[in-house]
Amino acid sequence: MDVGDTAGRLVRPFTLTRGRTRPSRADFTLISTVTAVDPPPARAARCQPEHTRILRLCAEPVAVAELAARLDLPVSVIVILLCDLLEAGRITVRPPRPVSRIAPDLDLLQKVRDGLGRL
Amino acid sequence: MAGSELATDASSAPDTVKILIAGGFGVGKTTMVGSVSEIAPLRTEEPLTMAGLGVDDLDGIEEKRATTVALDFGRITISRELVLYLFGTPGQQRFWFMWNDLALGALGAVVLVDVRRPRASFAAIDFFERRGIPFVVGVNGFHGEHPYPAEEIKEALAVPEHVRVLLCDARDRESCRDVLIALIDQLIASAVQA
Repeated sequence: MDVGDTAGRLVRPFTLTRGRTRPSRADFTLISTVTAVDPPPARAARCQPEHTRILRLCAEPVAVAELAARLDLPVSVIVILLCDLLEAGRITVRPPRPVSRIAPDLDLLQKVRDGLGRL
Repeated sequence: MAGSELATDASSAPDTVKILIAGGFGVGKTTMVGSVSEIAPLRTEEPLTMAGLGVDDLDGIEEKRATTVALDFGRITISRELVLYLFGTPGQQRFWFMWNDLALGALGAVVLVDVRRPRASFAAIDFFERRGIPFVVGVNGFHGEHPYPAEEIKEALAVPEHVRVLLCDARDRESCRDVLIALIDQLIASAVQA
């Protein structure tokens, strides 16, 4: 996949995604965490500036919503860019902890409660 | 498209969970997020057409971009392995279609009620009740003043018996923390009962 577009200075959000409107975005919720792969894959293609900005921000794990806020781009645009990076092997993504209403995770709830109690 | 199985999971990344802070327009949702968040509340702006319809049809998006819906959120690091996000839901009723997406995978919700105009949050209570999403009610005082006891407000709101109603001050960190703890306690209680 070609991620080496050199024409990509920030203009309007949807020119960044080169008009693509059907990303594989199932993995990216607002609170999925994204982490840059370090070191990058040997044959990593050159990135668009916005891809590079994302990679810089997710050197440590960071949530999708935080990336959007910090880069001042809509979540939907961030997700498309993240799809590029995921397919290029530049990031890993961790989905949120699943929440079941039928079988609630008591251990998880207790951890959240303990954490809040320490605030 | 390939890729969804490519590189999921990153063992160093924490687990994430979320709680929604809901309620009518201007009841103090963002204030509450800011009071307990370890970071200044962040905001994302979504083009409304995108948020509502998904991104598949972008015809005429340039014309519609002017309309955006803002989403404010904050973060509480529970431990190295677990991070809690708080999302203030957009208050205006016309943005409520977003709530379905936001509610997906949430532990539960806090419905904030402005003590001076509880009606503004009636619809929010309906929303979570109908979908079976657990919630507590936080009654945000005016300048921290609470003219009515929680029981009286609970009666007026006609929420189910197991739903806790707490008096709170959205500006106060400990007060907001206690509302969140009450939600988790309620979740634990119903999990134990089940």
